[in-house]
Amino acid sequence: MASEPLIRVTGLRKTFGNHRVLDGLDLDVRAGEAVAVLGANGAGKTTLLKVLATLARPTRGTATVAGHDCAKDAELVRREIGLVAHSSHVYEDLTAAENLTFWATLAGLRPSAAERAGALAAVELERAAAARVRTFSAGMKRRLSLARFVLARPRVLLLDEPFTGLDQGGKKWLEEHLASFKTGGGAIVMTTHSFGRELAVADRIAILAGGAIALDTPRGALSADDVHRLYTLHAEDAS
Amino acid sequence: MRRLLGGATLLGLAAGLVMGFVVAPRESTQGNVQRIMYLHVPSVWVAYLAFGVVLVASIVYLIRRAEAADQLAHASAEVGVLFTGLTIATGSIWGKPTWGTWWTWDARLTSVSILFVMYLGYLLLRGMIDDRERGARFAAVLGIVAAFNIPLVHFSVYWWRTLHQPPSLMKPGPGTMPGIIVAALLVNFAAFTLLYVYFVAKRARLLRLEAEAEA
Amino acid sequence: MVVVWKDLLVERRSKETLNALFFFGLLLLFVFQFALGPDRERLAGTLPGLLWLGFILSGLLGLGRTFVAERENDCLEGLLLAPGDKSAIYVGKLAGNLLLMLVIETILLVLFSFFFNLDIAGALPALSIVIALGTVALAAVGTLFAAMTAQVRARELLFPVLLLPVETPVLLATVKATEAVLLGEPLGSVAHWLKLLAAADVVYVAVGVLTFDFVLEA
Repeated sequence: MASEPLIRVTGLRKTFGNHRVLDGLDLDVRAGEAVAVLGANGAGKTTLLKVLATLARPTRGTATVAGHDCAKDAELVRREIGLVAHSSHVYEDLTAAENLTFWATLAGLRPSAAERAGALAAVELERAAAARVRTFSAGMKRRLSLARFVLARPRVLLLDEPFTGLDQGGKKWLEEHLASFKTGGGAIVMTTHSFGRELAVADRIAILAGGAIALDTPRGALSADDVHRLYTLHAEDAS
Repeated sequence: MRRLLGGATLLGLAAGLVMGFVVAPRESTQGNVQRIMYLHVPSVWVAYLAFGVVLVASIVYLIRRAEAADQLAHASAEVGVLFTGLTIATGSIWGKPTWGTWWTWDARLTSVSILFVMYLGYLLLRGMIDDRERGARFAAVLGIVAAFNIPLVHFSVYWWRTLHQPPSLMKPGPGTMPGIIVAALLVNFAAFTLLYVYFVAKRARLLRLEAEAEA
Repeated sequence: MVVVWKDLLVERRSKETLNALFFFGLLLLFVFQFALGPDRERLAGTLPGLLWLGFILSGLLGLGRTFVAERENDCLEGLLLAPGDKSAIYVGKLAGNLLLMLVIETILLVLFSFFFNLDIAGALPALSIVIALGTVALAAVGTLFAAMTAQVRARELLFPVLLLPVETPVLLATVKATEAVLLGEPLGSVAHWLKLLAAADVVYVAVGVLTFDFVLEA
């Protein structure tokens, strides 16, 4: 059971009209593992995430999460994943608590008031529970987005450039949150286009260039400069 | 295969024209203009056929996601709109010398016009969605709604026109028509169906080639 | 249904849709009056048609906004990602739209009776049935098409272009039935129209429930 990857992508190709964004992409992620997908803008990071999130169908190849095919068994996959994208999926006219209630009930959960409060506390939003999301900062919206998954407890978190737009405190918080998610046995796929400390939580680094994974390496003791060098090497190779 | 189909179509059309314009009897009150019925009526039958095919192909596409089904639906809708347009045009041409106006709100003309606009909307929807797969999906849903709407349109318009007014003179009851007229209608129907198949086959093939070129 | 609850909350906070539609209805009345002149008799003849014209035009605006909250907040994806049957979302949105339409129609009806001096008290029960049947048909297709056009460019144009031809049988039926009802005729005399409307309701809702999944998919 521990040997079977939680996420498995094989030979993924995704074409939009005439434009082939991903071609021959392979990626495996195990439970308790976090992979940071590095790539330039337009390299296809978001597309990869969308395919995993069942928001886009592969043109060719397969993507499975927890053994379910993302295209054919989308509903089963959706139970296992949580997506934190650029758009935070929250209603601005509603309060934080109302948003949580809505999304949780829609997902078939029935959180008690205590559970809701607990989720908000876990993302440090308990004091803003009754405030309208319209008044939130970007960081707060992202935290609310994550609060949904404190309640839903998916096995996989998919995050699209999650550290962008956060202040130092926010980044630190997110890092800790993701670390504890990993410890709980979850898998993380995170896209990013920077090389800084955001990579600290990643166990592996995958460089996306030319539509496929050009390099997949454990992060280990790589410094930010090492990563930058590797990236320039492979991104330039492919283009 | 296609050449055979093309040849058969031409033959059928020729036969239909002969039947309609030479063999069939001249109508007493309206004169030769009435012969346009041999184009008008089979045209609307083929349009219904086309939209029926759109319905089936749309359902198949949603269940199986087969691109061929989507291409068939697209092609059939286009040809269906063509024949619907033909129905309206021939109806109008028939109407002008007969009733003195280019347009009457008679049951068939009205129903067909509604269908025309519905399926034009279908083509418009397809044209406005860049994502091929989403366009196919949405068009399939619209194709299903439109097809189920056809009987509703038919009945509502028919009741609208006939319940307080005498029935339209352009709707001949099939039971009261002499055999030769029925025969002429059927020959033209067969010919138009062949034409439909020919057009759809060509169009679907073109769509398939386009899709393959993009992939 | 939590979708209805959420939409009601959003609407109550922003008050956008209802206010705008109310004023739109009022404006329509003025427009009708000016377009048709002060001739009482002429107006009386066209009243059923005008009433439903008002309903449909308001419906186009109101139904077109079904997913505006989702679009503005980028939540369409979120709805899709929520595990579970998507038809439930359709039913929820449909219920919300029915509520909206019925409120608007009531307001319009009141305004009509006021401005055109109609006495509809006697016909009200029968009229309500006709309006209810027609509204379900409008809302069922409207909700489905709103979801479709929400993600398409030129949606303000495409939505009416798609909805109006499909709704013509409903328009024909409701106007004829309303005509009869306002003249005091019993509902039985327009039974065929009511059956048509009921059939349309069943078909449209069924198709909506069955195909909504496919429309919401990214």
